[in-house]
Amino acid sequence: MAINADYAGREYPATAPYSVGREKIREFAAAVGSSHPAHHDVATARGLGYPDLIAPPTFAVIVAQRAEAPFIQDPEARVDFTRVVHADERFVHHRPIVAGDELVTVLHVDSITQRAGISMVTTRAEIGALAADGSGTVEPVATVTSSLVVRGEDA
Amino acid sequence: MTEHIASPVGTTRPDLSALAVGDVVGTREVLVDRARLVRYAGASGDFNPIHWNDAFAQSVDLPGVIAHGMFTMGAAVALVEDWAGDPGAVVDYQTRFTRPVPVPNPGEAAISVSGAIGAIDLEARTVRIDLTVTFEGAKVLMKAQAVVRL
Repeated sequence: MAINADYAGREYPATAPYSVGREKIREFAAAVGSSHPAHHDVATARGLGYPDLIAPPTFAVIVAQRAEAPFIQDPEARVDFTRVVHADERFVHHRPIVAGDELVTVLHVDSITQRAGISMVTTRAEIGALAADGSGTVEPVATVTSSLVVRGEDA
Repeated sequence: MTEHIASPVGTTRPDLSALAVGDVVGTREVLVDRARLVRYAGASGDFNPIHWNDAFAQSVDLPGVIAHGMFTMGAAVALVEDWAGDPGAVVDYQTRFTRPVPVPNPGEAAISVSGAIGAIDLEARTVRIDLTVTFEGAKVLMKAQAVVRL
């Protein structure tokens, strides 16, 4: 069944904070083979002018996919995850993600299109960091845009 | 996969004025086995069974387990990070996923990555690196572009 087009344009409430840890950055960097010391060695990261370890460019997918879950897993949205193919992905970094960040994400369902037995959905995760002063101010960190294609049962 | 941890990776940035469109910034081979996919699944939180369970993958009309597209995207950009000398200089990175990478068991799939300068913007001080990412001679990523601010 096709994705429910009524979800196009929907905006989800900001997620609970995702706490970026040093070991998660090291683990993710090692998993993708990013050996640059700014992901592994705090002194190197600080030498480059960052407050702590910085995350690899695609690390934000962890945060974005968590933010997508309430949409993807909503039965009413009818995103059949067993038939999903990842079509496009884009990361725009307003600043690098840094260990210690508390990231909150607002998910937008930008478009849903149907054509010839396939559905395509484009989501946009706006990721920001909570200010350390507890004021609730959010600093923009990254925009992650992702398109998924759902193959029809007979496609 | 090839481990690069031991190789000397510096923090020296390329000299913008010395770069030209078409310059090759590097090439590498990424070897992917099932253990690598399990490791990526854990690190990323993407536990879709098409990336670790053959029976499930075949039940949804795939030939078998395939690599996460996001693994390939993440592995390919390491080349750009090392060239840039600062991973935080990668301000924009995008791709289109064009074909899956089946990962055998036992064995490994070899993904080839090369990068070349596609555009230079002296005013913005940015360089676009165009990545060519292939498996068995066919492109698995299209329009894989990373913008680096120097």
